[in-house]
Amino acid sequence: MTTYAVEMQGIVKTFGEVVACNHVNFSVKKGEIHALLGENGAGKSTIMSMLSGIYKADSGSISIHGHTSRIRSPKESMELGIGMVHQNFRLVPTLTAIENIILGEKKDVWRGASWRARKEEEIAIFANNYGLIFPMNVPIWHLSVGEQQRVEIVKTLYRGADIIIFDEPTSVLTPGEADQLFETMKELKRNGKTMIITTHKLKEVMTVADEISVMRKGEMIAHIKREDTTMQELAQLMVGRDLSQGFELPSIENGKRILIVEDLLVKGEQGMTALNKIGFTIHEHEIVGVAGVAGNGQKELAEALTGLIHWQDGTVILNKELLSKPSVQSLIDKGIAHIPENRMKSGLAGDLGIVDNLLFKTYRNKERTKFSLLQKKKNQKWAKELIEKFDVRTPDLHSPVKQLSGGNQQKLLFAREIDQEPKLIIALHPTQGLDVGATEAVHNMLIKLRATGSGVLLISEDLDEVMQLSDKILVIYNGQIQGVLSRDAADKDEIGQLMAGLEVRKEPIYESANLH
Amino acid sequence: MSQRTSIEQATVEIKTSNKGVFPYRFEYNPHKKTNSFIVPIVSTIVALILCAIFIVINGMNPLTVYGKMVQGAFGSSFGISETLLKATPLLLCALGVGIAYRISIWNIGAEGQFILGAIGATAVTIFLPNLPGPLYIPLMVVAGIIFGGLWGLFTAIPRTYFRVNELITSLMLNYVALLLLDYLVFEPWRDPEGFNFPGTPLFTPFQMLATIGGTRLNQGLIIAVVAVSVFTFLLAKTKWGYELRLLGANPTAAAYSGIKVNKHILLVMMISGGLAGLAGSIEVSGVAHRLMYGISPGYGYTAIIVAWLAKLNPFAMIFTSIFIGGLIVGGYSVQTIGLPSSMSLMLQGAILLCLIAGEMLSKFRLRKATGEE
Repeated sequence: MTTYAVEMQGIVKTFGEVVACNHVNFSVKKGEIHALLGENGAGKSTIMSMLSGIYKADSGSISIHGHTSRIRSPKESMELGIGMVHQNFRLVPTLTAIENIILGEKKDVWRGASWRARKEEEIAIFANNYGLIFPMNVPIWHLSVGEQQRVEIVKTLYRGADIIIFDEPTSVLTPGEADQLFETMKELKRNGKTMIITTHKLKEVMTVADEISVMRKGEMIAHIKREDTTMQELAQLMVGRDLSQGFELPSIENGKRILIVEDLLVKGEQGMTALNKIGFTIHEHEIVGVAGVAGNGQKELAEALTGLIHWQDGTVILNKELLSKPSVQSLIDKGIAHIPENRMKSGLAGDLGIVDNLLFKTYRNKERTKFSLLQKKKNQKWAKELIEKFDVRTPDLHSPVKQLSGGNQQKLLFAREIDQEPKLIIALHPTQGLDVGATEAVHNMLIKLRATGSGVLLISEDLDEVMQLSDKILVIYNGQIQGVLSRDAADKDEIGQLMAGLEVRKEPIYESANLH
Repeated sequence: MSQRTSIEQATVEIKTSNKGVFPYRFEYNPHKKTNSFIVPIVSTIVALILCAIFIVINGMNPLTVYGKMVQGAFGSSFGISETLLKATPLLLCALGVGIAYRISIWNIGAEGQFILGAIGATAVTIFLPNLPGPLYIPLMVVAGIIFGGLWGLFTAIPRTYFRVNELITSLMLNYVALLLLDYLVFEPWRDPEGFNFPGTPLFTPFQMLATIGGTRLNQGLIIAVVAVSVFTFLLAKTKWGYELRLLGANPTAAAYSGIKVNKHILLVMMISGGLAGLAGSIEVSGVAHRLMYGISPGYGYTAIIVAWLAKLNPFAMIFTSIFIGGLIVGGYSVQTIGLPSSMSLMLQGAILLCLIAGEMLSKFRLRKATGEE
């Protein structure tokens, strides 16, 4: 009898040109809570998706309870006793908890009132055994997020899972609900269940896990027992130790201040405070990097500075002009360029061709439209010049851009944004999902922008990237700036700890600006 | 592409076991491209075959029936003119719903907007009885567009400001429009000398569109074709057309490029309703020559089929509207051989069904299952 519930060996998975998992070994002992720790994009979700049958590995083997298994579909995964509590719950909002739990049950053709009553009783006892309490007969959408998660857990257990995967379970919970979840997990452990929890939150790992596996950039970095490690060590493992080497930024004197932000307060979705009174400045010829684990306010910062959402309080001065509820278009006109987080979701229109995609920001200009008629020939010539200049490889100007490779799509996006000669460019995760060559091209474009006098706000989860390119690094945690480090003073271990919210380091952030 | 979206995409993959008797499997490919008009053409053929089965069950030869329909619709100058007469309102309404569908606004309220257009045009004749003659037609057309457009706006405003699903409001407003029409023709606007016929008095000659040749065909057809040309031009050449294209292709990206999405939805719904309203005003001034009970035989709904059959291409709508118009006229002529005219409704329904299924299936490909996946 083996002691391992899950053994994955030599797992490789690629998506096109990107290697998501590179010969990953991952084993989980029976009856333990195993944390899979890593930043976004480290490959945690991919590994778990292979375990739950959503993806199939390119190569490698998976054993469940000592038997080599081929998991080809979510159904097969379920039959092996693997259940997943998804980050976005798979529940029908208009049905009650009971209905959601018995949904998909194949036994019992006749389902009268007595059958229903029996099921209700059965599930109530079942849920009580694990201390999972939630309203049984109320439509799901009335339930709080924590209660919905409990329904999801009971659903998974009821279907006979004994290996339960929690995918970023606390990302939607309040701290109190998270504590309750950990209690539940410990209760499940007492009942002999095996659990895997994927997360990037160190405190949770230390609270709940027995063993910890750390992934970074598609590779398995370490397996450790909880009692043998510390939060500091985990933070270092997560962000990596390979120091950025031999990368010299040409030194340039800072120019004038382009952007001054003071006491910026931004509410995110559901009215939660996303940015809590942050402040910083960006100068000409300066790349300001924002390091931090995703979901700590980076997205809201970019959206506020590009006019997509409005800030509740604070001062933003762009080129000596005080901004107040600016529209997206007015900020484009004032010279703010934007490389959004997800190029195909919000940066490009996949079904349209090169010309239409390049026109996004400039189609209002006189050169591109006259008397509100698009200057077709002129625009085509302009587009052609741009894609040659930026080395975008495409069959022709009209093929849909979704057919281009990720690198070429990103170059196209940069071509469009740089062509406006921006004063300030806000780039979010600009190299996410790109191969080495395309990453280098993107880095060179950012350095060139810096040389020509633009300010750059580089928001990235890739700490190496931030440290290589930035003149100044802001570490963001929980909507606040946890620390400001100059390029020379930047130390990877320290940044890692700041990112994990373990330390606060405040330096004078900006010279007191003349606001009025 | 972020990992999360790729996970979601992967879950829609349909997996069939390769162990079964059927040695093929379906594979979903969202990026697969099919030649744009293959799906509508194949769908139509499949629909014709499906309906042929019903005809055979009823003891008739489908070829005879279809032959009779083609002959009725296109076999004589009368048939052709009647077909074009039906095609005119279909074309305008399809153009209207089509422009909304382009930016993913699901306006199924063309029927109500059509009726409001008819009411608007008639209101001019009722409330302004003593105008100089030549003023009537332009005023009636404008009134039709405005009434239809405002009816469209009733759907757009809740949609943009309160996120009310436009499918429901536009559909419900159809019934409101229908009841408003009934009220008007049964009560205040009824012709006092009309022997209780639910309709307004007959229009004066100045209030009627001129006919073409000796047929019932009128200037409305020309207006419709002009509308298609103008719309095609606007879409392909202008800044506004570009904004619509962007909004249709990726609304998130459109917002990121500074396009005011709400403003566009309001405008598009006004145009969408306005075109259906224009069709309504042409119907009363060109064909019925009065507002009456049941002024629309469902043009607003049928136009949805016309628009999708043309894959929302305005120019192709000219042909699909004539095709569906022919189907309606052909439906009348099969009555002479003992089939109900609802034949054409059955065909319309079958075409739409096959079209939706075809669009979905065209994204799949059949692959021979291999031993090793």
